[in-house]
Amino acid sequence: MVKTVVSVGLPVDEKLRIQKQTIEPEDGGTGKRICIVTGTHGDELEGQYVCYELGRRLREQMEHLKGTVDIYPALNPLGVDSITRGIPMFDLDMNRIFPGSEEGPVPEYVAFKVIEDIRGADVCVDIHASNIFLREIPQVRVSEITAERLLPLAKKLNIDYVWVHGAATVLEATLAHSLNVIGVPTLVVEMGVGMRITLEYGNQLVDGIFCLMKELGIWDGDAAESKKPIISTDGQVGFVNANHPGIFIPHVDHWDSIRQGEVIGEILNPLESRVEEVLRAPWDGMVFTLREYPVVNSGSLIARVLGGDYH
Amino acid sequence: MRKEMIYQLGNTYRDDLAVYGYYFGSGEKSACVVGAIRGNEVQQMYVCSQLVKALKELEERGAFVSGNQVLVIPSVNHSSMNIGKRFWAVDNTDINRMFPGYDQGETTQRIAAGVFDVVQHYNYGIQFPSFYMPGDFIPHVRMMETGFQNPGLANLFGLPYVVIRKPKPVDTTTLNYNWQIWDTSAFSLYTNATDRIDQVSARQAVASVLRFLVRTGILRYASHSGYIATVLHEEDLKNVKSEAAGICRRLVSPGQEVRRGEALAEVIHPLEGEVTSRILSPAGGIIFFAHNQPLVMEGSIVFKIIKRLHE
Repeated sequence: MVKTVVSVGLPVDEKLRIQKQTIEPEDGGTGKRICIVTGTHGDELEGQYVCYELGRRLREQMEHLKGTVDIYPALNPLGVDSITRGIPMFDLDMNRIFPGSEEGPVPEYVAFKVIEDIRGADVCVDIHASNIFLREIPQVRVSEITAERLLPLAKKLNIDYVWVHGAATVLEATLAHSLNVIGVPTLVVEMGVGMRITLEYGNQLVDGIFCLMKELGIWDGDAAESKKPIISTDGQVGFVNANHPGIFIPHVDHWDSIRQGEVIGEILNPLESRVEEVLRAPWDGMVFTLREYPVVNSGSLIARVLGGDYH
Repeated sequence: MRKEMIYQLGNTYRDDLAVYGYYFGSGEKSACVVGAIRGNEVQQMYVCSQLVKALKELEERGAFVSGNQVLVIPSVNHSSMNIGKRFWAVDNTDINRMFPGYDQGETTQRIAAGVFDVVQHYNYGIQFPSFYMPGDFIPHVRMMETGFQNPGLANLFGLPYVVIRKPKPVDTTTLNYNWQIWDTSAFSLYTNATDRIDQVSARQAVASVLRFLVRTGILRYASHSGYIATVLHEEDLKNVKSEAAGICRRLVSPGQEVRRGEALAEVIHPLEGEVTSRILSPAGGIIFFAHNQPLVMEGSIVFKIIKRLHE
């Protein structure tokens, strides 16, 4: 059943609607609930296929569904429709205004309604797709302060990697932080790249959502065994940034193991046919983030390398 | 006056970004003024350009009290201004959400770090920012309640109002917040325009900065005394929302006193021309903020009223 979470009138004959698909067990179930949310950033589309595929598989075996599955394909529907990362009209990052406010401006009101709708769920999976610049291997990101609680759940999601990162005050305005604060364990998935859909990653995550649902008693049918993810605390994360503007050409593949000093890629100057910079791995490790969009400024992130031996 | 390039960022396809600082006087780092950090802050840049012109003349007339140095940076992000974008031209990130910056980080973190390195350690920091909601304000000084704020000093600008608000997590990466954390008394000055030039409020802004510099012993200059400011807290302002969407016909302007029940605006059906809703004042007071766009969404904050205050 499709339900409207919040609706706001737009100036000319249209409404902004955030909608969700609710799939419920035929026999009433256990009362448990999982929320799958995506489309907070309008240029991140990997979650769209996950929403479709999850609903499709559930409908094929409804007899195994024991809890409620709420699927929110687009928290920022106008952004998804108009290829806009932020909220159109406000040029505002929706993932910096949570938990929102009922009395606040429209974006904050919408954020408030989203939080209220998810409140009480047993778990939430918040799917992101990096941005148009960087490609990510399927991973879950958790802050150090939530790691103890979330790591056991993250390991069920069939992802390749869990990045436990430091806490930052500015991230307190994210959907995930706001939900974790009100007691909804929320896993942030990053995978793929903006403006594209990587079916392989989508199917991998859907398998993982079934694993997670089985763990929580929301699903009692078959579920693939979750792969064991690499945890970032196993090694140090190194950032490789450009120091010259130009065109980035990678020399490694995403998810590649790499040796210290090995060339990750080059920054080229097409006007003068010159190599501006050669970027090398800071240590032995695995490239879990790799630049996808070729044009770079000084400072543009090129790669993140997790130290260690992952051959 | 000494003009100095304080930061430069190379580019492949267009001219480098060169950020200029204008230094006046010599000695202690007394006051720093920063204008447009976003590409649509044309009024903010204009105000600073007029301030540069005024300070140059005053310096030539020997108006600077010895031992005081003032720095004015009219524009940080003209790479975006030149192509009509509000945020960073390549990745759409906001430089005013990157402070204190990181010189080995991403592009806008590097710009923020380069600027912050120059603007910190001044006694007073004055920024001309803009608000994300489209509208007109009464010119005012805004301060964040960081524990380091000093409303008494804000009064020295002689603007009609000083507004104090509690910082949100997202504010912790603004220039104003970081100035305060690093021991600079910081003030944000709002005029009533952003992407257009309003001569009256620009003149008022320049006069208010000169008045502040006179009253803090940096300049010798006979300036008008201005206002004794009314100090408000953000929560003292009453939000007035539009119940309908459509074309907004505003009936009152910022600074105007209104009575409870008075019509503040009309919302008109965008296709049929009939008035569909009248926005009435929920309280008597003075209009502090007014929506200035022809279209309005349902639930938009169209006015902020200072309750129970009279002209």
